[in-house]
Amino acid sequence: MINIEQRTDSSAKMVILAPILALTLTAISTMIIFLWASLDVMNAFYVFYIEPLTGKYNLSELLVKAAPLMMIALGLSIGFRAGVWNIGAEGQYIIGAISGGAVGLYYYNVEATWLIPLMAFAAVLGGMGYAGIAAFLRTRFQVNEILVTLMLTYVAILFLSAMVFGPLRNPDGFNFPESRIFHDSATLPIIWQGTRAHIGFIIALLFAGVTWFITKKHMFGMQIKISGSAPRAARFAGFNENKTIWYTLLISGGLAGLAGLFEAAGPVGQLVPHLPVGYGFTAIIVAFLARLHPIGIVFTSLLIALTYMGGENAQITLQLPSSITSVFQGMLLFYFLACNVLIEHKVAFSFNWSK
Amino acid sequence: MFSTKLINIIKISLLTSALAISSSVLADVTKVAFIYVGPTGDHGWNYQHDEGRKQLEAHFGDDVETTYIESVPEGPDAERVITQLANKGNDIIFTTSFGYMNPTLKVAKLFPDVKFEHATGYLRSDNVSTYSARFYEGRHVIGKIAGKMTKSNVIGYIASFPIPEVIRGINASYLAAKSVNPDIEMKIIWVYTWYDPGKESDAANALIDQGADIIMQHTDSAAAMVVAEEQGIYAFGQASDMGAFGPNAQLTAIIDDWGPYYIQRVQDLRDGTWESMDTFDGVKEGMVEFAPLSDKLPADVKAMAQQAIDDLRAGTIHPFTGPINKQDGSPWLADGETPPMFPDVITMDFYVEGIDSKYPN
Repeated sequence: MINIEQRTDSSAKMVILAPILALTLTAISTMIIFLWASLDVMNAFYVFYIEPLTGKYNLSELLVKAAPLMMIALGLSIGFRAGVWNIGAEGQYIIGAISGGAVGLYYYNVEATWLIPLMAFAAVLGGMGYAGIAAFLRTRFQVNEILVTLMLTYVAILFLSAMVFGPLRNPDGFNFPESRIFHDSATLPIIWQGTRAHIGFIIALLFAGVTWFITKKHMFGMQIKISGSAPRAARFAGFNENKTIWYTLLISGGLAGLAGLFEAAGPVGQLVPHLPVGYGFTAIIVAFLARLHPIGIVFTSLLIALTYMGGENAQITLQLPSSITSVFQGMLLFYFLACNVLIEHKVAFSFNWSK
Repeated sequence: MFSTKLINIIKISLLTSALAISSSVLADVTKVAFIYVGPTGDHGWNYQHDEGRKQLEAHFGDDVETTYIESVPEGPDAERVITQLANKGNDIIFTTSFGYMNPTLKVAKLFPDVKFEHATGYLRSDNVSTYSARFYEGRHVIGKIAGKMTKSNVIGYIASFPIPEVIRGINASYLAAKSVNPDIEMKIIWVYTWYDPGKESDAANALIDQGADIIMQHTDSAAAMVVAEEQGIYAFGQASDMGAFGPNAQLTAIIDDWGPYYIQRVQDLRDGTWESMDTFDGVKEGMVEFAPLSDKLPADVKAMAQQAIDDLRAGTIHPFTGPINKQDGSPWLADGETPPMFPDVITMDFYVEGIDSKYPN
């Protein structure tokens, strides 16, 4: 018989080493895949993992790609700690982009420094409001927030379509489903001249700091941690469960909404039906790879961004199929989860032949 | 022993590098890149663009080097992928979906020496051309066939997005079907995707439940064709010959033939005569082709379809010929009148009279 038993002494060192181990195993498996596809392994490895880190353009794009992932994952990590499962950040991201974008389009061609902050404010409110639906249904009617947030994502996608096919459509756009292109005042400031890297990355880093402070130093961090790991204890301690649900969903929704606006008013520059590309879902992987740690999220969002860009590079240079990105992300998560299981559990072989 | 080996290696490497240099100088290789919105294996839109790419390779041989990148969403990633393709030294880049329009223009501004070709868009610049095809001419032919072949008088239509191209297709096929069968009715389902085999086959089943016995589609996969084959009804291939998926079901298919255009544009580039322009070709120019007409068609229907194809090739008929009213009953085209390309055809945003379905908004 092979049993999996809880370890009594999980090593603190291994907790930190696990992600590195998972990364190494992924890299080795990648090489095996490259070998199997009879590619020049070193070259393929360079194209996939190193090239996205070379040169100004690649590095700037890495920041562009990592910023929304980081921002969404930070919000989600707070909820996940409390055992509140917001799976629909993608929907809140879309609603944030619509509400912030609508403000930008309403003040079309108005040159003003207050416009971007106002758009950001609207986006946060939009994302919060959308996540708030799940919080309301959960606290009032005990409706599972996983289902509500996930289902509302599809509603949001259709709502975005309706908006860009309808009220927000570019009047000069030949009836194609796109908004106008945001004017300069409604477009995010660029932090690296000549690239698409925008202020969103800096703001995401700031939020990482804030999240770290809240989760490690603040009473609220304590409260959500206990609510997640020991709900009964949390109740005895007088923590209000409903408040935890509301706060965590509002925070994660607001951040996802802001990320959505930053994408629309940043690299895309307009509202288009294909604005959502799955960041809301990928951010879940980002948060878990980081073990919900805010500083870890900074690194894992960059890492996942790297796999996206490596996947694109691999397509362009090596003509590998586009599914290669998903394969690598999947492997990474698989190895990471496997490492985690083995840190907290051990495999015990017991040879009892009597049965 | 060791030194001779070393010398040999040096010799070989010198030789190969010399060869590499001379070949790149002499051959004057044109690097061509393609970016697709879906997988090349969709057997529809993207498949046909990739077929065009293969024709290009076959035509120019070693004189061209092609690259493609598939399943690039029309969101924030498109601009990066197009930039990367330009960075990799491609001379001409074909961006083959509408949503790439603004990213293409943005990148084109930064790479004035690279030529860009954007499919189905309407904005051009000095180094950005646009191209598309009069697919509604194909719809005219399959509309006529459908009008004759339906027994329930209900045609099912799987539509993707309410953009002018799709609206033109619905109107053209409805008018053509109506012209041969006044009792015709058209059921339309909007799936709001270009490629989602699951949704497409759900839509096909729903249309069959609503009484349709012939299916048209404006989506990219062959899923609806597979359903039609299983249910023993008829359908038309979209963008590509889908006969392999519905040997009994497919009556014909509208085929997008991009190859000749791609060859022409790359030749222009090599000759130094490439210019920014808009191309909107149809059956006459060979950009819209048809799969062989099915043997299931009775001789008179086959002859009628062939006649329509021949007339389109000759350029003597127009799918939108008055009198035609809009859905609300207001007049659009007078008797014998054909619409101007702009704005009527290019920006079409209304149904014609008789379509019993709400215009999506």
